[in-house]
Amino acid sequence: MVKLILRDKTWELPAGMTVRDAIKKAGLDPHAVLAMRDGKLINEETLTRPGDVITLISVISGG
Amino acid sequence: MSVRRGMRCRKCGAPAVINMPQHKLALCEEHYLEWVPARVGQTIKRFRMFRPEDKVLVAVSGGKDSLALWDILHRLGYAVEGLYIDLGIGGGYSAQSKEKVQAFAETRGGLPFRVVDVRETYGCSIPELAQRSRRGAKTCSLCGLVKRHIMNRIAYEGGFAAIATGHNLDDEAAVLMQNTLHWQAGYLGRQAPVLPSTHPHLARKVKPLCLMYEREMAAYSLVRGINYIYDECPYSVGAKTIFYKELLNQLEGRSPGAKLHFYLSFLKAKEEGTIRFMEEEEVQMQNCRRCGQPTTAGDLCAFCRLWERPEMAVCGPAEEFEA
Repeated sequence: MVKLILRDKTWELPAGMTVRDAIKKAGLDPHAVLAMRDGKLINEETLTRPGDVITLISVISGG
Repeated sequence: MSVRRGMRCRKCGAPAVINMPQHKLALCEEHYLEWVPARVGQTIKRFRMFRPEDKVLVAVSGGKDSLALWDILHRLGYAVEGLYIDLGIGGGYSAQSKEKVQAFAETRGGLPFRVVDVRETYGCSIPELAQRSRRGAKTCSLCGLVKRHIMNRIAYEGGFAAIATGHNLDDEAAVLMQNTLHWQAGYLGRQAPVLPSTHPHLARKVKPLCLMYEREMAAYSLVRGINYIYDECPYSVGAKTIFYKELLNQLEGRSPGAKLHFYLSFLKAKEEGTIRFMEEEEVQMQNCRRCGQPTTAGDLCAFCRLWERPEMAVCGPAEEFEA
């Protein structure tokens, strides 16, 4: 499984899909977040691996 | 079993940290950190925002866009100074954002910046001002009025050629969409990457990030290790801008580059005269008797009128006006 974290929300998803698909599965817009794994930014075509913890960073601000 | 290589940097073939379908470009960390300042530098030149020898004031809030802008302008070699306005917003928001600005400047060898504390200078924080002036529901517009006044004052006193703000493409496209849906001709006529100075007390305003996607700026801040305030201003929760940004992102998903095209084609149509907005009537501007900034309504500007109201008497004497 893969853990997706955005602020105080967490999703558990099967590994093997792309980051983009995982973000969509969580019901989020891939344009509105960035993904980080092990403290590094990863692009949305990256394949998720079992045990991954992916932190999502919201990019939209109210301004 | 085939091994998927993943997305690679177009320049060097290393794993890409960002994919930008809007530019048909994927880049690794190293090349992304080169690409962003180069693009911002081109934008500054394209719209003739300021010259290399100009002194530029960067309005910094502690957020990703303004800190990244400060970083980029510094990297590009411009003579920049930060301006942080302490709005006195509670819940730790102003305190944290100020800390981010201070830490950013320190970790870059002590970049110069000024702090204007609204409560210390004028006697009231923004929330107190909103409460006392009975404009509680319009805290954001009041905050905008105060910030514009302070930015103009500091730019004038410090002899800055321009004030640079961190408005990104998503900010500009959202405002454009909102103003178009409401046919706000006056606002549409004024929306531009550069707002020229029309009075000695009104600073030139420039938006060097106006062609940068918000996502690109967040990615730049993360890759560059900029520690910015991630939480939103509590008063911006539910802001309409966010709704328009989400709508535009849906468009972007269907048609990569839609936001950039929307904004650039608007600027082009205005420049070529394809769309024209009625010129605002020539109004007589006079100098505010209190602060010297121009006003069209009476002898006091909107900012100074705020402090004349009887309910504002509880606020301390404004330091700015004591001299």
